[in-house]
Amino acid sequence: MKARAFSYVCPATVAEALDAFAAAGSEASFIAGGQSLVPALALRLQAPECLVDIGRIAELRGISQDGEWLRLGALTRHVEVHDHPLIAACAPLLALAAPFVAHPAIRNRGTLGGSIALADPASEFPAMMLAVAAEMEIAGPAGRRRVPATDFFQDLYQTAIEPGELLVAIHIPVARPGHRCAFDEFARRRGDYAIVGCGVMLALPADVVNEARIAFLSVGSTPLRARAAEAALNGRPLDAAAIRDAQAALASDLDPADDEQVPAAMRLHLARVLLGRLLGKIAAAA
Amino acid sequence: MDLSISLTVNGVRRDVALDNPRVTLLDLLRERLDLTGTKKGCDRGQCGACTILLDGRRINSCLALAISHDGADILTIEGLAQGEELHPVQAAFIAHDGFQCGFCTPGQIMSAVGLIREGQAGDDPERVREAMSGNLCRCGAYAGITEAVLEAQKTLADAGRRDAA
Ligand SMILES: Cc1cc2nc3c(=O)[nH]c(=O)nc-3n(C[C@H](O)[C@H](O)[C@H](O)COP(=O)(O)OP(=O)(O)OC[C@H]3O[C@@H](n4cnc5c(N)ncnc54)[C@H](O)[C@@H]3O)c2cc1C
Ligand code: FES
Ligand code: FES
Repeated sequence: MKARAFSYVCPATVAEALDAFAAAGSEASFIAGGQSLVPALALRLQAPECLVDIGRIAELRGISQDGEWLRLGALTRHVEVHDHPLIAACAPLLALAAPFVAHPAIRNRGTLGGSIALADPASEFPAMMLAVAAEMEIAGPAGRRRVPATDFFQDLYQTAIEPGELLVAIHIPVARPGHRCAFDEFARRRGDYAIVGCGVMLALPADVVNEARIAFLSVGSTPLRARAAEAALNGRPLDAAAIRDAQAALASDLDPADDEQVPAAMRLHLARVLLGRLLGKIAAAA
Repeated sequence: MDLSISLTVNGVRRDVALDNPRVTLLDLLRERLDLTGTKKGCDRGQCGACTILLDGRRINSCLALAISHDGADILTIEGLAQGEELHPVQAAFIAHDGFQCGFCTPGQIMSAVGLIREGQAGDDPERVREAMSGNLCRCGAYAGITEAVLEAQKTLADAGRRDAA
């Protein structure tokens, strides 16, 4: 099948992109790396009348550190998340998750901003935004604002980005030397969307867990933070008892549904297994 | 709307006036430039048959709108051999029976060329399989493909060392 016909504009600045979208009305769509949108067009799951290509907007590029914050332009490609030394140093959890996102050819084109704006609950990067406490910088006709990840993911494919607004950059607090992180997922084949995935970030000053943030993908209609599991860890040494309590707490954090891949009970079981492995790995390395 | 773009395809500059912005690089190569070596398997990013190099990196050409890539440098399977002399990856696929029907092969070979340029798989077959995971083969020639990639990688590394010496 071919995509429905559409018109195309390729603005050079954020302001031009917002104007172009506004001029096209509600039938417009931004396109970044195209790795989700182009197949959706070909299958006619989406049929915008106008595509506003943001791929040449310089302000949306670049990875830089400004004091306590790391700034990732929305057009940062998955492959850069995997390879960039500043990300390895300042937000290592993202680099750990990157190899699990699709396949190499898709990672060469797909963008971090596109993945987060799409907010697929089975995607790795949206969930990791919760674990690293990222803030999303959004530009719209009314100006700019920064939305913390906990307020950003609102419902299935629903984010704080309103129609006609653009995700400009992702801001992440720089990980401190005492921070530990780990990521893993279960998928049927390498590169497939995960049955369940988990990223953990915590601090271990004086061997006591602090600021634990645990985020899951593929367990609900949005990426989810496991706050009861976090509470079970904070203030305690990362030992077998604390890990068991965190695993048990997932019963109140997660309420997955049955689907064609696996039943809900199995998903919860796999989530517990994953969390146990990740915390065990962090404890062993500490 | 101005729908003209220029690309460098296999070293040759091509100026194209697109009929329509929805044309993908895959359809442009096959239908406008008569480069039918690049295959269409799924047209939705799931099989890798359409893999090409764009500015030196492997991509799925079915997921790229041509209009977005004005000025790009493209390498397809037709541009690999030097006259009668096969590219080392092509030669290795033949030596190791890295195909059966051959439909996935141009995509496999371009993906392998991209992988070798990325230089991250080392000599570990498991890493090679992982890095080739976006390229499906219905004939199941995976064992030969992995061997071919490992051998081609070694041939190219040896040649690189000879050139440097
Ligand atoms: C075969 C296959 C397997 C995949 N597997 C995975 C996987 O395992 N895990 C995973 O996470 N992803 C996977 N993906 C999706 C991939 O990661 C996409 O690249 C990503 O989801 C979208 O990024 P993009 O830049 O390509 O966005 P596009 O496709 O260009 O856009 C996606 C959506 O986001 C909007 N958008 C894009 N950028 C912005 C912005 N800056 N501001 C506002 N809106 C914006 C667009 O309007 C569109 O609605 C897979 C894709 C394919 C084809
Ligand atoms: S045709 Fe492009 S990935 Fe299948
Ligand atoms: S050789 Fe037939 S599909 Fe790979």
